[in-house]
Amino acid sequence: MSRLGLRLLALAYLATILVAPLVIVFWRTFEDVGAAWDALSAPDTIHAFKLTLLITAIAVPVNTVFGIVCALAIVRRRFPGKGLLNAFIDLPLALSPVVVGLSLFLLYGREGWFGVWLGRHNIQFLFALPAMIVATIFVSLPFVAREVIPTLREVGDEQEQASRTLGAGGWQTFWRITLPSIRWAVIYGVILTTARSLGEYGAVAVVSGRIQGQTETATLRVEEQYEQFNLPGAYAISIVLALMAIVVLVAMTTIRPKETA
Amino acid sequence: MSIVVRNVSKRFGDFVAVDDVSLEVEGGSLTALLGPSGSGKSTLLRIIAGLEWPDSGEILLSERDATALAPQKRNVGFVFQHYAAFKHMTVRDNVAFGLKVRRRPKNEIRERVDELLNLVQLHGFGDRYPAQLSGGQRQRMSLARALAPEPQVLLLDEPFGALDARVRAELRDWLIRLHDVVHVTTVFVTHDQEEAMEVADQIAVLNHGRLEQVGPPRELYDEPASKFVMTFVGDANVIDGALVRPHDVELLTEPDEAAMEAMIVRVTILGRDAKVELHDDGGAEIVALLTRERFEELDLWRGQTVWVRPQRERVFTT
Repeated sequence: MSRLGLRLLALAYLATILVAPLVIVFWRTFEDVGAAWDALSAPDTIHAFKLTLLITAIAVPVNTVFGIVCALAIVRRRFPGKGLLNAFIDLPLALSPVVVGLSLFLLYGREGWFGVWLGRHNIQFLFALPAMIVATIFVSLPFVAREVIPTLREVGDEQEQASRTLGAGGWQTFWRITLPSIRWAVIYGVILTTARSLGEYGAVAVVSGRIQGQTETATLRVEEQYEQFNLPGAYAISIVLALMAIVVLVAMTTIRPKETA
Repeated sequence: MSIVVRNVSKRFGDFVAVDDVSLEVEGGSLTALLGPSGSGKSTLLRIIAGLEWPDSGEILLSERDATALAPQKRNVGFVFQHYAAFKHMTVRDNVAFGLKVRRRPKNEIRERVDELLNLVQLHGFGDRYPAQLSGGQRQRMSLARALAPEPQVLLLDEPFGALDARVRAELRDWLIRLHDVVHVTTVFVTHDQEEAMEVADQIAVLNHGRLEQVGPPRELYDEPASKFVMTFVGDANVIDGALVRPHDVELLTEPDEAAMEAMIVRVTILGRDAKVELHDDGGAEIVALLTRERFEELDLWRGQTVWVRPQRERVFTT
C-alpha cells in the first residue's frame, strides 16, 4: 500500500473513532443553545462542576507527591517487595473503575474493615466527599509514577552523587537537582492525572450515591441528565468536560516540545 | 589533607571489588589509582568520597575518622568520568552549586566563580548550558565545580576517559599545572599507565581488588613488586619464564653462549628509539627497544637472524 493510502486510512480511522463523536456532541448542543444554557446554569450543574474541580484539586497533588516518591523508591532504592510495588502501581489501569468502587464499598461500608471504625467515630465516608476523593485518587494513581520512572532511569544518579559530594544534603539534592531534571515528566504526569480525574465516572458512581447537588460530579451529572431525557443538557455538560480535556491536552502538547530545547 | 585507607574491603554480591586495601596518601600529593577495569580502583575512590560504603575497614581524612560520614560532610571534590554536569543549570550555576548549598554570601560566590572560570579557562562561557560545551570544556567545568567549595581532597574518576586523545593529553598537562597552583591533595583513577606515569607523583596499582604496589612512577617501573606490576606498568617480554623490559633486551649479530637465536620480523623507528620485533625458534614474540645509534651500529634488517641476550631479568613467584 502506498504511503498516502496508509496515511488516509489512519486519518479516516481516527476521524471515525475519535473526532466524529466529539463533533456530533458539539453539533447537538448548538442545535438548541437555550436549553444547553439552561442546563449549564442550573445550580446542580454548577455544583457538579465545582465538585469535580475540588476532587481533582485534591487528587492531583496527592498523586503527584505519591508518584514522585514511588518512582524514586523504585528507581533509586533497593528494598524487598520492590517488584511488587512496581506491579501494583499499574493495578488501577488494569482494574475496571466499577470494581474499584465496589471494593471501596466493601472496605468502608458498615461491615467493612475500616467502616466499623469510621462508624464508631461518626465519620461519613461513603456517599460523601472522602470516598469520592479516595476513588479518584485510586483510578488516577499510576500516571505520575509511570512518567517519572523512565525519566529518572534515563537521567541516572550521577548528578545526584555530584550534588552530594558538593555538600548538598538529601533535601537540597532533591529540590535543586532531582526535581528540575524530571520536571517535564512530572508535568506530563500531572496533566494526565488531571485529565483522568476530571473524567472519572465508574468508581465515583459507585461510592458517591449520586445525590443531586451534593455528591454529583460533572460526569455523573451528564448521565443523570441523559436518564432524565434532557439530552441538550447532557450534551452541554459533556461539551464543557470535553473542552476541559482539550485544554489539558493542548497544554500538554505545547509544553512537551520545550523538553528538548 | 591526608587520606588514609585502612583494611578496606567491599563486595558486590559474590564479586570482591576491593579486597583488604590499605593506602596512605600524603597531603598535597597527586596520586593515581591504576589498574585494569574491574580492579576496584573506582570503587575505592568512591569509598573515599563516601559514595559507597565499605563492608569493613576505615577511611581517615586529615587524620579524622570519616568512615561513617555522609558524602556531603566529607568536603571532597569529585569529578566524574561522564562529567555529571547539572544539565538544567548554566556553567556559572554549576560552578556556584557547592557555594550556594553552603549559603555563602552572593558577592563572595560571584567572585569565587569568576576566579575559577578564569582558572579553567571558561570565562565567557558562564551563561552557556553544559549541552553547549565540548567534552573537554565540560570536564573543566566539573573540575571548577569540584574545586569551588575548597575541598580537602580532589578525587577524579577516570577524568579523561571519555575524551579523545588530543584533548586528553591537553587536560593531562593542564591537571599537572593546576595541581601546582591549587595544591589540593588529589587522587585520580585511570587504567592508562602512561597517564598515571605522566601525571602522578605516587601510583597505587590495583588488580582484582588487591593493592599490588604503591610508589613513585620510577620505582614501579624499575622495581616492580610483582609480575602484574611489571607487565601492567610498562611493557615486558617473557623470555624463559623471566620478565624483561624491551630496552633491557640486548641484540647481538654474532652467536653468544648466553644468548638465544631469534629472527627479526618487524622494525619500527620511533623517533629516537627503534623497536625491533623478533620471533624465537619456538615462535614466541620478543620486543627489543634500541637507541637509534645502537640500531644503526648493528645495521639490522627484517628477516635477519640475531642473538638475544636479556639484561636485568626478573623472576616473580607471584
